Amino acid sequence: MSANQHRRRPNVLGTIGAWIWLAVIILPIYYIFITSLRPREDYYSENPLSWPSNASLGAYQRVIENDFIRFFLNSVIVTSVAVAATLAVSLMAAYVVVRRRDRFGSGLFRVALLGIAIPIQAAIIPVYYLIVQIGLYDTLLALILPSAAFAIPLTLLILTNFLREVPEALFESMRMDGATEWRILVKLALPLCRPALATVGVYQALQVWNGFLFPLVLTQSAETRVIPLSLWSFQGQFGVDVPAVLAAVVLSVLPMLAAYIVARRQLVSGLTAGFGK
Amino acid sequence: MAAPALLIFGVFALIPLFGVVALSFVHWDGLGDITWAGFDNWQTALTDPVSRNALWLTVQLTILCVAFQAPVSLLLGVFLAGRQRHRAFLGVLFFLPLLFSSAAVAITFTALLDPNFGAGSALNVALLSQNWLGDPDLALFVVVFVIGWSFIPFHTLLYQAGTRQIPKELYEAARIDGAGPFDQFFRITLPMLKYTIVTSTTLMTVGSLTYFDLIFVLTGGGPGNATRVLPLDMYLTGFRSYDMGRASVLALVLIAVGLAIALGLNRITGTSRMGGRGEGI
Repeated sequence: MSANQHRRRPNVLGTIGAWIWLAVIILPIYYIFITSLRPREDYYSENPLSWPSNASLGAYQRVIENDFIRFFLNSVIVTSVAVAATLAVSLMAAYVVVRRRDRFGSGLFRVALLGIAIPIQAAIIPVYYLIVQIGLYDTLLALILPSAAFAIPLTLLILTNFLREVPEALFESMRMDGATEWRILVKLALPLCRPALATVGVYQALQVWNGFLFPLVLTQSAETRVIPLSLWSFQGQFGVDVPAVLAAVVLSVLPMLAAYIVARRQLVSGLTAGFGK
Repeated sequence: MAAPALLIFGVFALIPLFGVVALSFVHWDGLGDITWAGFDNWQTALTDPVSRNALWLTVQLTILCVAFQAPVSLLLGVFLAGRQRHRAFLGVLFFLPLLFSSAAVAITFTALLDPNFGAGSALNVALLSQNWLGDPDLALFVVVFVIGWSFIPFHTLLYQAGTRQIPKELYEAARIDGAGPFDQFFRITLPMLKYTIVTSTTLMTVGSLTYFDLIFVLTGGGPGNATRVLPLDMYLTGFRSYDMGRASVLALVLIAVGLAIALGLNRITGTSRMGGRGEGI
């Protein structure tokens, strides 16, 4: 069905199905967009799917006045630090796995394989205990460290598979020239791994950015609130002001949408990283 | 050089995994002292009707999610891998739900499904303006649908990538032998997607076991306990009823069920993912 090069018959059933699914996808997105533009008073009187007769950005203003910028910055800090740390330590570990062909190297790899299978939900109670014990509760670091910890296994796996493709001779020739392991890592492995780092980095960034359980359990004050949690608390706080709640939803998606428009390929391949093959 | 990765992973992921076993044998309210409990938590958690119901709901949710998501994403993925008109345009829009966090998806549908001010009332059809999330008989199905909305795009991507790797020559040969589109789909596309089907279904199944944030924001487990699945039951037991010991038992049940299903699926289908996709050509 996929490549009718000679005799191209249009796939009627598929086309109908695809357009129906498109409606299913688009309707909720259209709804949150127009509702976020609807003034609070009109929400109860106008047809929910009609274009707002007095479209305004008032709902967005109310969201921003309620500290949305701070939540946004918290999310940026947590995501960028967690992903940068994950990529750095995973690359170092992947280098060890590939270069050291002994028990230690393969053991490390096996631990990573095991780590992928640990669901966050299952470990959340001990993580909470640990974070409280070391005095990090309700700090951004309380989100960064566990997020990085759960991102390391998959990242390590993907980077290891990528590094394995690098010809042994390249490493050897650098060593012959007297380069230290660190120098080989920075000058050879890092530049070679750049595509894999970008792909897995995008994937992990999306995971951390959208993460909900760690913020829910490990933080409580507004100072440390990140975006997904802020949506939930807006829902409680604004209550009947549905346009404002949905304006917050739209604002939370905008950075991802910008990334999607700029780097769609990266994002899509990042999402399927490690599963698509 | 591997030390930092081992340290972070060990302290915040591996030790908690053992910690949850230890915590299942103690009484702890989350703040106060920890006291030894023996098998108390195990006994109460495994006989508690709410938790048993949660386990049953999780099984139902998993089956319904796979039954809904697998066919839809397979068909969409195969469709998008072809050379249809508007394919690129549809592809861009189909993947938009991937950009939404679970919290955002849940809030969107809470508003959209509101019986008085949601989309149902816009169309003025009584059938559509039901109290979707307030009716215990409907809520689970609504949850399955919303999860599908949010995750089908990801699985579509997997199927699209898988279909694109099927050698074109197979279709050429089939056409020469006079096979129509349906034959081609069932005799070539479907068998060749075997590994993708296993991967995607495993991810869906293990994913269904751990859905937490979406259901938490969408229904909070309600109405009543109608959508209180296992991860939600664990969270509410631990962080709302302050019974961390019992919640740890539920966490272990979660791990056990997840591992059993993942291993089971791999055994049933008899595939290790090491096998090449193009074997036998």
